[in-house]
Amino acid sequence: MKNSKLMILLRGIIMENPVLILVLGTCPTLAVTTSLKSAFYMGIAATAVLVCSNAVISALRNIIPDTVRIPCYIVIIASFVTVVQMLLEAHLPEAYEMLGVYLALIVVNCIILGRAEMYARKNNVINSILDGIGMGLGFLLALMLMALIREVLGAGSFWGYSIPFLENYKISVLAQAPGGFLVFGILIAVMNKLTEKRGGVKRKSFSCDGCPSAHLCNKTSCNELTELAANDGEGEVKADD
Amino acid sequence: MNKLTVSTSPHIQTKVTTSRIMADVIIALSLPAIASVVLYGLPALLIIVTCVGSAIISELLFNLATKRQQTVGDLSAAVTGLILALSLPADVKVWQCVVGSAFAIVVVKCLFGGLGHNFANPAATGRIFLFLAFAEAGGGVSTRFMNEAELVTSATPLELLKTSTFEGLPSLLDMFLGNRAGAIGEGCILAILIGFVWLVARRVIKWETPVIYVGTVFLLSLIVKGDLEFAIYQVMAGGLVYAAVFMATDYVTTPINRAGRAVFALGCGVITVLIRLFGSYPGGVSFAILIMNILSPYIERLCRRRPLGGVKNDKK
Repeated sequence: MKNSKLMILLRGIIMENPVLILVLGTCPTLAVTTSLKSAFYMGIAATAVLVCSNAVISALRNIIPDTVRIPCYIVIIASFVTVVQMLLEAHLPEAYEMLGVYLALIVVNCIILGRAEMYARKNNVINSILDGIGMGLGFLLALMLMALIREVLGAGSFWGYSIPFLENYKISVLAQAPGGFLVFGILIAVMNKLTEKRGGVKRKSFSCDGCPSAHLCNKTSCNELTELAANDGEGEVKADD
Repeated sequence: MNKLTVSTSPHIQTKVTTSRIMADVIIALSLPAIASVVLYGLPALLIIVTCVGSAIISELLFNLATKRQQTVGDLSAAVTGLILALSLPADVKVWQCVVGSAFAIVVVKCLFGGLGHNFANPAATGRIFLFLAFAEAGGGVSTRFMNEAELVTSATPLELLKTSTFEGLPSLLDMFLGNRAGAIGEGCILAILIGFVWLVARRVIKWETPVIYVGTVFLLSLIVKGDLEFAIYQVMAGGLVYAAVFMATDYVTTPINRAGRAVFALGCGVITVLIRLFGSYPGGVSFAILIMNILSPYIERLCRRRPLGGVKNDKK
């Protein structure tokens, strides 16, 4: 392997941060970051599912037929989500209530399906687990950072405890949906600025050069996509949930 | 014979600069500003000074932090601060003014590349931000000439119109002079109209946008309710005239040609009436302008003039 194990682990945290660089998993990012607590529980739950599903999908990568791989992935992911959901309901009812429907929605979280498709089906079990841990931590850290900004400035509290001075100066829009988009956009901008200097690439154009996942994907399909995008007159490809 | 000099075009240059245009806007805004101080006293002055000051300081600091060319001199930050200040009610707190101005300048304007690159009107967006963030910024305050010279929170004419009983509405003359609850600068229609005439006379803005905008609101209100008085009140209430003159005429965020501007103003009018009559918020002027700001590039594409005999479909 070209990449050392440590690199696989660390890549997900900054250079390929699933939320701020790959722009995956936008829905939970915007929805649960109103408080640090729910962001933390969400990050942990998604990381647990991601590590387990990456491991299983990687182990079964030679058995799953290529044509029906997506349904197979979904079944595997959904089983782990159900397990996590039941565990939380039994041992952390507070987190279960707080996350509500978003816990079940981990099934369709783009990060998990994305890593299965992009990484786990092409790599061995150990590497896939490391990738899962790294990506999960990246997701967790991005959520915590967003929640920190939104909870401290928007609600004037930290981990549910109100901060004496800031409580009188809260900007409640940050805790609402528009504030979520605002903080998200600004964080992505800051992240782009920071990674640009450290050998990152400008992501202005849609091409393999600008793609953070280029080293994992086979170039031909990406070129086909580029041609498709050029024909449509669209300059960018948008990731959505 | 050797005195001919060769230079590249352009050979004729206008004396109109950004700072001259902005200075004209400030002159036009000074009358509503004076009116607001007369109507609301010192709190209005404090809001104006805070907003203008913090707008200028945030632009200064942002340009220093990002090592960009200093653009405070073009006065656009001062104009944004002033427009924002006049669209706020008198009981908004000083720190909220600072947050709103900083948001308008840094997030809406500077992060997108500074003046000329912002997709939305900084002042209108800053107002919406404050409106969503703080309850104070959405309401209205009575003037010094109402309620025994006390500045108290009271229902704005728009909120009164919403109840459809029309009780407690100020007289039409009071509405025209600004003696009614609301934001500090948008009350005195007289001062705004003088500012409008000044801007048109100085050729800073074209008359079409404000006139079509206000006209659309008037006609639609008249058609929907069938009541002339109601329609006149709709035009004078809220920030309609103020926003039509000072926010909907921004060069950067509105279409450039005449047809485009007409569509823009028409859209603003329709959205304003829809929000006012059928929405849950009492006023919708800033939302209407923001939505049409976002649609501006598409309006521009639709209204682009094609050369005679040019191909109709300009797809590649």
